[in-house]
Amino acid sequence: MATLDSKIPAGSLKDKWTNHKFNMKLVNPANKRKYNIIVVGTGLAGASAAATLGELGYQVTAFTFHDSARRAHSIAAQGGINASKNYQNDGDSVYRLFYDTIKGGDFRAREANVHRLAEVSENIIDQCVAQGVPFAREYGGLLDNRSFGGAQVSRTFYARGQTGQQLLLGAVSALNRQVGLGNVKLHTRREMLDLILVDGVAKGILVRNLVTGEIEKYSAHAVILATGGYANVFFLSTNAMNSNATSIWRAHKKGAYFGNPCFTQIHPTCLPIHGENQSKLTLMSESLRNDGRVWVSKLKNDRRAPGQIPEAERDYYLERKYPSFGNLSPRDISSRSAKEVCDEGRGVQGGDAVYLDFADAINRLGKKAIEEKYGNLFEIYETITGENPYNVPMKIYPAPHYTMGGLWVDYNLMSSIPGLFVLGEANFSDHGANRLGASALMQGLADGYFVIPYTVGDYLASQKPSLVETNHPEFVKSETELKDFVNRLLSIKGKRTVDDFHKTLGRIMWNKVGMARNEKGLKEAIQEIQTLRTEFWKDVNVVGSGNDFNQTLERAGRVADYLELGELMAQDALARNESCGGHFREEYQTEDGEAKRDDENFTFVSAWEYINPGTWNLHKENLEFESVKLSQRSYK
Amino acid sequence: MSWFNTFFNSSIGKKFFMGLTGISLILFLKFHLVNNLSLFGGPEVFNTVVKNLESIKPIVRVIEVILALIFLIHIFNGLRLWLENKKARPQKYAVNGSSKNSTVYSRTMVQTGTIVFIFLIVHLRTFWMSFNNIGVNGITDHKYYEFVAASFTDPIYSGFYVIAMILLGFHLNHGFQSLFQTFGWTHKKYTPIINIIGTVYSVVVATAFAIIPIYFLMKGGN
Amino acid sequence: MSGKNINLTLKIWRQASPKAVGAFAEYKISISPDASFLEMLDEINDNLEKKNELPIAFESDCREGICGTCGLVINGQPHGPIPKIATCQLHMRNFKDGDTIWIEPFRAKAFPIIKDLVVDRSGFDSILQTGGYVSVNTGGVPDANAIPISKDIASLAFDAAACIGCGACVAACKNASAMLFVSAKVSQYALLPQGQPERYQRVQNMVAKMDELGFGSCTNTYACEAECPKGISVTNIARMNRDYIKASITANPVD
Repeated sequence: MATLDSKIPAGSLKDKWTNHKFNMKLVNPANKRKYNIIVVGTGLAGASAAATLGELGYQVTAFTFHDSARRAHSIAAQGGINASKNYQNDGDSVYRLFYDTIKGGDFRAREANVHRLAEVSENIIDQCVAQGVPFAREYGGLLDNRSFGGAQVSRTFYARGQTGQQLLLGAVSALNRQVGLGNVKLHTRREMLDLILVDGVAKGILVRNLVTGEIEKYSAHAVILATGGYANVFFLSTNAMNSNATSIWRAHKKGAYFGNPCFTQIHPTCLPIHGENQSKLTLMSESLRNDGRVWVSKLKNDRRAPGQIPEAERDYYLERKYPSFGNLSPRDISSRSAKEVCDEGRGVQGGDAVYLDFADAINRLGKKAIEEKYGNLFEIYETITGENPYNVPMKIYPAPHYTMGGLWVDYNLMSSIPGLFVLGEANFSDHGANRLGASALMQGLADGYFVIPYTVGDYLASQKPSLVETNHPEFVKSETELKDFVNRLLSIKGKRTVDDFHKTLGRIMWNKVGMARNEKGLKEAIQEIQTLRTEFWKDVNVVGSGNDFNQTLERAGRVADYLELGELMAQDALARNESCGGHFREEYQTEDGEAKRDDENFTFVSAWEYINPGTWNLHKENLEFESVKLSQRSYK
Repeated sequence: MSWFNTFFNSSIGKKFFMGLTGISLILFLKFHLVNNLSLFGGPEVFNTVVKNLESIKPIVRVIEVILALIFLIHIFNGLRLWLENKKARPQKYAVNGSSKNSTVYSRTMVQTGTIVFIFLIVHLRTFWMSFNNIGVNGITDHKYYEFVAASFTDPIYSGFYVIAMILLGFHLNHGFQSLFQTFGWTHKKYTPIINIIGTVYSVVVATAFAIIPIYFLMKGGN
Repeated sequence: MSGKNINLTLKIWRQASPKAVGAFAEYKISISPDASFLEMLDEINDNLEKKNELPIAFESDCREGICGTCGLVINGQPHGPIPKIATCQLHMRNFKDGDTIWIEPFRAKAFPIIKDLVVDRSGFDSILQTGGYVSVNTGGVPDANAIPISKDIASLAFDAAACIGCGACVAACKNASAMLFVSAKVSQYALLPQGQPERYQRVQNMVAKMDELGFGSCTNTYACEAECPKGISVTNIARMNRDYIKASITANPVD
């Protein structure tokens, strides 16, 4: 098996990035305009990257399948963004943020990457404030912070419950400025469907114009994917309806290794499922756990209304099991605990939900204070459920939320394909086996604003300025294949709808590749997914044509990819014979039901190489820990 | 003066001039009303007021020209806005939900304005032309009061006046607070007061103007 | 939570392409009151696809009321009858058994229809590209706490910045005016110290673009505020008017 070169710079942990920035090659300012860079995706990572590269003088072409850059799903992040500013004087530091993130990720992330993330976290806040992002402030006019799961310091910056929105609008404003100045060409309503390699190097992409159905070809010196995560493989997740894996999956099939595909995060505070026609799950910000107390009845199948369950018969199970972190325990632990109590039959009305109760906080702080902090979240809750959380405890249940896995990248965020860079949730890099709250926004912006502008320059400095023509045989070949793919989907004319397949896949994934996995279930899942995939290509019905606006066709292509990706996730979960972070294998747990890592055999990143449908090669990148000592993660 | 053209023809500029002319007309109405109310003082008082105005005719003429210009700009911009705004939505909604999100006064400025404009023509023809001895209905011996009283004995004519004044009230009710918004003069503390003043002003002006024909109609012409 | 299904008649605008002639089509459905409005449309589409008919094109993404993608005019009101929510947050429990619901796209010259209920709102981005930003490059900015901003001002700026760019203001306005959208962005920067250097140039550029794109003028009916899913206030429009007038009369005009 090949070993992967992570290109981690030499030197002590805290000097790596500084030294590396100095050692990297630069592109002369006058030469930058000779280089074309494609950026796919306009979320936090994509928008910030495209804007910054445009500012530097590169010719940037940005793509989004949305009607506007601002719609990217980063917009929905509620809680906040971490930074080691230590404005609260409560003992925060770059090293502590680094350590918390490594530990939160259950020691399955690269030390060097995470340290860099913690280092640039401070610049992000400065940058966003300069852009006019209206963060929450104290009465004295300085920035306010809140605490978040998995940390004992207050380092989370926030803008009410809409931090992702404000940060994205900030990044998109920077992007819009570059579009206005002509440095970035932005193509909306375009979905990337293939990556073009010339002599093994990424040189362009094919996109489908979602309005006209045309396949368009774009060539560049480097391709950056910032297309987000793949939690929609579960059908029901907190991701947006259109969030998908297609860009990274097509790149994976062209040779980009997929890192840790089984590391998925199940978010503990989502609204429970209401019925069959449910289309997605709604997240309630984790920040609610700052003041809400999670509990269920001590009795099984307790049908009483929450108000009628006396204090003595309530089980505040997080506070009981993890006294020091309590309701702020990391996401994986909180989610799994919720599933455990519900599996015991102690969920709300014996079903799949637990209470998140604000009665104590309202008594302690007053309704007004709670309203100020969580007013909009409470409103959202009431709009959706018809229940008022000021009077009745919220009902929550875990839901797939974030995928730590993604395309494998080296320290420079370059994938195993030269010239292909991957940023944000789309890569696997910084969160290990579990992401801490308020860290996704941090990573997306770190990658886009402060990492890629350096590393892509280093790469381009060694590239010739001549551009591959879009009539190059590789482009033509790929275009033909893509048209065939579309035609094939349209010509099956079977009996089952695309959503039907997606829902079936989602159920398999949730039941067998979800919060808790075991060998038997995973093997079954692989079988079932393979069967479902065959069935899909025989019996799916994609109505409409390929020459116009066709949302069914868009979804069909994405589901076809999920049907392959789902299998890889199961394969990866099966190969990883340990429990860590979001990956919980029932066979590997401590006596009190905690995840049991196997550091001796599994301190590596799984990087999967695609061979053909259903066949992958596993490459391992061993993780070296120099600064932290691997320990059993304990939040007790 | 290209900056002026840019401003005058911008969406906000057009509204600015609507507001500017609007507030001028509001001020004029106040002056007009005060003069009219002298009718309640009887023939002598009213006729003296008009005579006094006669004595400063050159000044009155200048003001009238300015007033006419203000009206023209107001009407020109109003029509321009109406036509352009219609074009901004070529296809109408099948179900019109506007009653659920806005007041009837605010949506009908063109309609109320048009009727007030028609009223204005009729009004000028009846009174302004007569008072100035233009055309057929010349007034002799400064018997302005008597002329007014006689004019309002026609119930249809008086009825039209009353309706026009009610619509003028609607027009003012929106226009008054709207011009503050257009000028950007909004304030957390004062805007609610301005809105109340606007409504009170509209009601007072419309009622006071409307009372005159009703008064003479009921009085029976003398 | 779940109650009895309700039966509805839907009149939905169908239009095959931008140039095609559209018309209303009628659909019947029985749906759980706990379903969202868009889940109800999903279900109709599912039934249509099963019958091999073309599903109704409509857009949505986050379905949490923040991305601004969805937007339908429901019985004459953008985002439906419930104030301060986006279409995706509207739930069927707000309708009664036997109701007839008219569903139309946002209608405006500046928002041409792409298909059925999908419209092109890219004009909004064109406006933002002329000035909806603070001109700072990445890096080289002062420490985040170097500029204290009063909590009230930050809060007002946030209220304006909360706009989701859905276009309901344009759809609701009888003049299809974009003033609420544009003024929200202008206000955010006009309130904050970071926005001051470009304050007056910005407002002129953005208004010029807005006018060029064929949005109507504001006649202060305030339908926009009433229908805005985020409750963006028309005081932002006043603030923009003030800045624009000041810029037009005092500062240099736009080239």
